[in-house]
Amino acid sequence: MIFSEFSADSVAEFPASAPESARRARFRFRKWLNASAIFLSLFAMVFGIFWLLWILWDTCRMGLSSFSVAMFTESTPPPNEEIGVGGLANAMMGSLQMVALATLIGAPVGVLSGIYLAEYDPRGKMAVMIRFINDLLLSAPSIIIGLFIYAVMVVRFKEFSGWAGAAALSLIVIPVVIRTTENMLALIPIGLREAAYALGAPKWKVIMRVTLTAARAGVLTGVLLAVARIAGETAPLLFTALNNQFWKAGLSGPTANLPVTILQFAMSPYENWRQLAWGGVFLITLAVLVLNILARILSRGRGTE
Amino acid sequence: MEANISPAPPSVFAGGAPRRRLISNALADSCFALLARGSAFLTFALLLCIMGALVLGAWPAIEHFGLGFLTHNAWDPVREDFGGLVMIVGTLMTSVIALVIAVPISFGIALFLTELSPIWLKRPLGTAVELLAAVPSIVYGMWGLMTFGPVLGRYVQQPMQSLLGDLPVFGALVSGPPVGIGILSAGIILSIMIIPFIASVMRDVFEVTPPLLKESAYGLGATTWEVVWKVVLPYTKSGVLGGVMLGLGRALGETMAVTFVIGNVSQLNSLSFFEAANSITSALANEFAEAAPGLHQASLMYLGLTLFLITFTVLIISRLLLLRLQKYEGSGT
Repeated sequence: MIFSEFSADSVAEFPASAPESARRARFRFRKWLNASAIFLSLFAMVFGIFWLLWILWDTCRMGLSSFSVAMFTESTPPPNEEIGVGGLANAMMGSLQMVALATLIGAPVGVLSGIYLAEYDPRGKMAVMIRFINDLLLSAPSIIIGLFIYAVMVVRFKEFSGWAGAAALSLIVIPVVIRTTENMLALIPIGLREAAYALGAPKWKVIMRVTLTAARAGVLTGVLLAVARIAGETAPLLFTALNNQFWKAGLSGPTANLPVTILQFAMSPYENWRQLAWGGVFLITLAVLVLNILARILSRGRGTE
Repeated sequence: MEANISPAPPSVFAGGAPRRRLISNALADSCFALLARGSAFLTFALLLCIMGALVLGAWPAIEHFGLGFLTHNAWDPVREDFGGLVMIVGTLMTSVIALVIAVPISFGIALFLTELSPIWLKRPLGTAVELLAAVPSIVYGMWGLMTFGPVLGRYVQQPMQSLLGDLPVFGALVSGPPVGIGILSAGIILSIMIIPFIASVMRDVFEVTPPLLKESAYGLGATTWEVVWKVVLPYTKSGVLGGVMLGLGRALGETMAVTFVIGNVSQLNSLSFFEAANSITSALANEFAEAAPGLHQASLMYLGLTLFLITFTVLIISRLLLLRLQKYEGSGT
């Protein structure tokens, strides 16, 4: 079908009986068109890389210049302090706690669902449906997740809390982990499972001890990618965890976190706050890129094994 | 792998008391199956719960304003008169600007990565594009506010104002204070953000084109451009469209990249691309935590519900298009 389109098109525009000069002109036009397309494509590539470099360059330059020990040891300062006073310690602590808790909740649920899709019901109608919905959740606007958690948790318990923030983040972890777990389990050769069954192993043991063990690098990659994804998520925290200016242990009540602190500080007119915002953005970018590169190395190791 | 299973059978699977082992294994088996099934259904239930919670939260506003909310231009928390027109227009405008910029660029990038790039460059460049997709949106937003906005205001808007400022229609298009905040900068930041998404989907679908088709076309004397335009693109068009819709879904629902640079002013009086505006996501981000319970909050929930319905329609179309390409591929064309 594609061939007939292609040849019909060329022949109709370009009969063999056309005069020599017309054919030459046509040839030159095709070459010119090709060259300009290649040039534009090259330009697009440079354009894309240009933004990446510009953003990374700015983040590193501004981030490093506002880096200090105090950033890791002191809590967020009041506005209009001297530059260098105060840090982001409370926000980092809150973010770490929430991300850790969200991963602890989201990863097992995601892995179990992935197991269901890959091992229990690979071709069923229900699985197709769940896969489809999972794909939708994967690219759903994260602010909607925040609204949802607000409606079911913040309204119910009548306070913003780090728990609600962690719950919102865990809902973002689940689809990412489901997707990678299922894909990785599907790569495990069926013979491995059959060998274990032939030895009399029950299904759950086959899954836990054989398939999941064989796919562990891939599953871990998925979890790492999920952590990278939620580390910088801001929108779902805006009306769940809110923010907090002070150091506190635990997740009850409004909890400081890096992304919302960055938002608040960057939008403010105070120079010391803006400096700290750059520092925070640098930290988050660094963490996310490192996590992504780690995940890449992990999954590449699996490929060459 | 063998190390994992070969020593196991005598000790684990066929231990001392076979019958009891069998029973407990059967129990463990069904428990595990239940657990896995339960988790999977949780995902399913989640979508319904989100929809339900949004409708419930928005209900006072739905009851009070009806569908007219979507076309009503007002946002007055004091008199409790709300309409979502400004935000909906802002969301659509920024996303359209983002697509207009991002689609051709992504196409170029995908073309370069699949047809032109030397082998040794393919991998690093592909990785760079994917890393660009992983950068959190708050970074784009903050960079847009601090670096890009001022540059845009200074080197694009000011010259355009001095050039077009006195003309009747064009003047209105570029009016506004030259601080680089508004619909256009939000659209540009969004486009930078969605380029990697669209480009990597396009690259992946371009790569499923059977080499035989491409080689035949090259064999007939087609140029690279003709191969891409007349062979690869027709073969992958549903996948390409799916990628574009995926990018659109991202752009519509993006919060931080927009909130930083759109200016957050609920107005629709000015035609200008440089005037501060508002989008659904930025209105939610700015007002929701402080909104008084009641009609204000319910109206914001209504906006959220609208966004949810728009993005989900777009994402469903995108998924269906991508699935269609997969089927095409599976049928062994």
